[in-house]
Amino acid sequence: MTLQNRNGDKEASPITLRLKEPTSIPIEADTVSPDHFIGRSLKDIAALPVYFGRRKRNLGDVFHIEGEESDQVIVEGDLAHVKKIGYGMTRGRIVIRGNVGQHTGACMRGGEIIVEGHVADRAGIHMEGGRLWIKGNAGHLLGAAYPGERRGVNRGVIIVEGNVGSETGAFMRRGLIVVMGDTGEFVGARMIAGSVFVFGHLGKRAGAGMKRGSIVAFGACEPLLPTYRFESVFQPVFIRVFVNRLRQWGLPVNIERTEGLFRRYSGDITALGKGEILIYDSNE
Amino acid sequence: MIGIIGGRVFDPMNGINGTIQDIWIKGGKIVSQEEVDPQKARRIDASGQVVMPGGVDLHSHISGAKANAGRKLCPEDSRRLIRARTGFFRSGSGYTVPSTHLTGYLYAEMGYTTVMEAASAPLVARHTHEELQDIPIIDKGVLITMGNNHFIMKCIQNGEMEKARDYVAWLLEASKGFGIKIVNPGGVENWKYGKNVQNLEDEVIGFGVTPRRILSALARIREELKLPHPPHIHGLSLGRSGNADITVETIKSMEGIDAHFCHIQFMSYGGKPGEFPKSAAVKVAQAVTENPHITVDVGQVLFGPATTMTSDAPFEFSLSRKIGAKWVNNDLESESGGGVVPLTYKRNDPVHSTMWSIGLELFLLIEDPWRVYLTTDHPNAGPFSGYPEVIRMLMDRDFRAQEFEKIHKKAMKNSILPELNREYTLNEIAIITRAGPAKRLGLKNKGHLGVGADADITVYANLENKAEMFAHPAWVIKDGEVVVRDGKLIREQLGRTLYVSPSYEKAIEKDIRAHFDNSYTVSFENYPIAPEHIGPSEKLTCD
Repeated sequence: MTLQNRNGDKEASPITLRLKEPTSIPIEADTVSPDHFIGRSLKDIAALPVYFGRRKRNLGDVFHIEGEESDQVIVEGDLAHVKKIGYGMTRGRIVIRGNVGQHTGACMRGGEIIVEGHVADRAGIHMEGGRLWIKGNAGHLLGAAYPGERRGVNRGVIIVEGNVGSETGAFMRRGLIVVMGDTGEFVGARMIAGSVFVFGHLGKRAGAGMKRGSIVAFGACEPLLPTYRFESVFQPVFIRVFVNRLRQWGLPVNIERTEGLFRRYSGDITALGKGEILIYDSNE
Repeated sequence: MIGIIGGRVFDPMNGINGTIQDIWIKGGKIVSQEEVDPQKARRIDASGQVVMPGGVDLHSHISGAKANAGRKLCPEDSRRLIRARTGFFRSGSGYTVPSTHLTGYLYAEMGYTTVMEAASAPLVARHTHEELQDIPIIDKGVLITMGNNHFIMKCIQNGEMEKARDYVAWLLEASKGFGIKIVNPGGVENWKYGKNVQNLEDEVIGFGVTPRRILSALARIREELKLPHPPHIHGLSLGRSGNADITVETIKSMEGIDAHFCHIQFMSYGGKPGEFPKSAAVKVAQAVTENPHITVDVGQVLFGPATTMTSDAPFEFSLSRKIGAKWVNNDLESESGGGVVPLTYKRNDPVHSTMWSIGLELFLLIEDPWRVYLTTDHPNAGPFSGYPEVIRMLMDRDFRAQEFEKIHKKAMKNSILPELNREYTLNEIAIITRAGPAKRLGLKNKGHLGVGADADITVYANLENKAEMFAHPAWVIKDGEVVVRDGKLIREQLGRTLYVSPSYEKAIEKDIRAHFDNSYTVSFENYPIAPEHIGPSEKLTCD
């Protein structure tokens, strides 16, 4: 297959990695990233290190690798136990065909990752730029922070077409997370700034300990925490701007809802209290 | 048998300042040339290189309850430095609080061979020793906190100085400690009532004693017991603006008795309480110069992440409120307290920048290098792995000026650092990192290269960039074995635990037993640590 770049030009065929055999042994594949592949021949790429369980192996031992030198990467196979794909990447594109393991796109700073299946926990954690597009569901701690850290995602966009687990966007500092499906609990917990858009069902305790930032619920919503105060009903302009861009990217966003009224709740008043949760007002 | 041939030797304790000499090693000790057969000895060519004794750090928090609380409180710290297992060497992680084995590896790779754990309450000394045993290569000891001990304060209150002396001796033996540590005397006890002590005359609640009396009593007890290391004092009002006055007063209150004041940088702030701190380095340096029985270590701030951990529990509380950081508080029954708060020192913070420049000012203002030692109060002001950077700032005026340009403008305005042109020589660096601390700790076999000394030797390539030079020694030899070659660890071996065991009147045990029955959660029998419990060890004599 050929991928197209932003100008629509045909590019060299991408590097394709196919997992040799399915395994339940965790594979730490943080070397699977365009940053490591650029400027390397297929032979050099095959010699990159990867941890197979506790053993150090070469990438070529675990994956069939073919293609030409390119910053476009395709990963195929049963990848549910392959972790850290695209860790810290800054450029290029990774397309993952199938379900993939934890830490996918963790600490990424640029480029794009497209997952055509589901991802496990901690996808896009500590992201600092680029775009992570998940066509299936995502696990817990999507776009959150590693334990102990006080700041999580800082810039970048995460889009999930399915559902997500708990603590999505926790400790977020900047950036955008869009969830087309339902969420678990604690969306945007201890968020410092940034935006989380939820088109499905917003789970319990959203925005717990939030300082600043916006959580927008376009669908149904669990009762909010008592530390959120109702402020007003209004038509936020910024949502339209955001949604226009999402539609340009091809997301099936219901335009009616975006032009309706939203109930604004501010909080979390146990923290700084400058955050907001906007809930689509269906009783207008 | 090893011969280190043709190196420029810096051995300040024996007055050798950069002369080219050979050093001979046999059986883990330094010997004279006659004792070795030069044909059979392994020869290390050190020509053009700098030979110094192994580094000695007299104040570093590397093990025990506080270090572990720091690890548990800060899981993010172990993402900052990760070392994989290689061959024989273990894996480890942690930048400001490295795991046990990694601590030993990092110290050895930097050319340090002796490290003193700066504070452990006697109650948790067993844990501290167990962790120390897992720190390979380096020799180590533990300073035991006594400044808020109920038994000692009660003795002082009743004027029973002999009883207090015997108790201190018993406590050092029971906890296999190396010396007396005093942390915020009386303040930690008052913290149990939500209060602190503000000056030397404040009363300790329930005991009627004052910080002044605790300090002078413990300083006298040290003299009577002839302990190798004087009381190691962390004074009052640490980290508060305007604390320089009380530091000077505390230094003067020692009245000619030996004492060591640790991380003096944290105690040298001018200005009014609650306001922006100003540098009072001149005042403190002058007091140190005028009182020749006083030594200090600096506790130089390094920009970047740190984890503050101290027995000074009220300080940790106020720090955590000030910066809004997570906090651990620790209550150690009738002995002490403690706290842990993570902190990142930033160049663009005027207070942190001021602290950074105060540290350097103290290094440059105290003229006698034998009385000021290099520490970062690891990990309070920064990790010990930053020592080479500090050495470069001391030895290289231009680099220091460059770094000074990067700090906050407000801190620049208050600093006299640009006026200080002093540059440390290699000999002076050898004093503040090895000879001085070893002498102050009373370690007769360490910190020098004379015949009979432990064969702990570091050989550095003589580079222009002193940070690079001191970060990656060409050779490190510990107890006569090469452990590091070209900055990389090649051999792991056990270090020794150094402890003292002064003699005391056995009759004191009856009183101590009664004290345990009344106020301890452990029984008297389970409290003392047996010598075989602390692994390879070396008992120092008190004379």
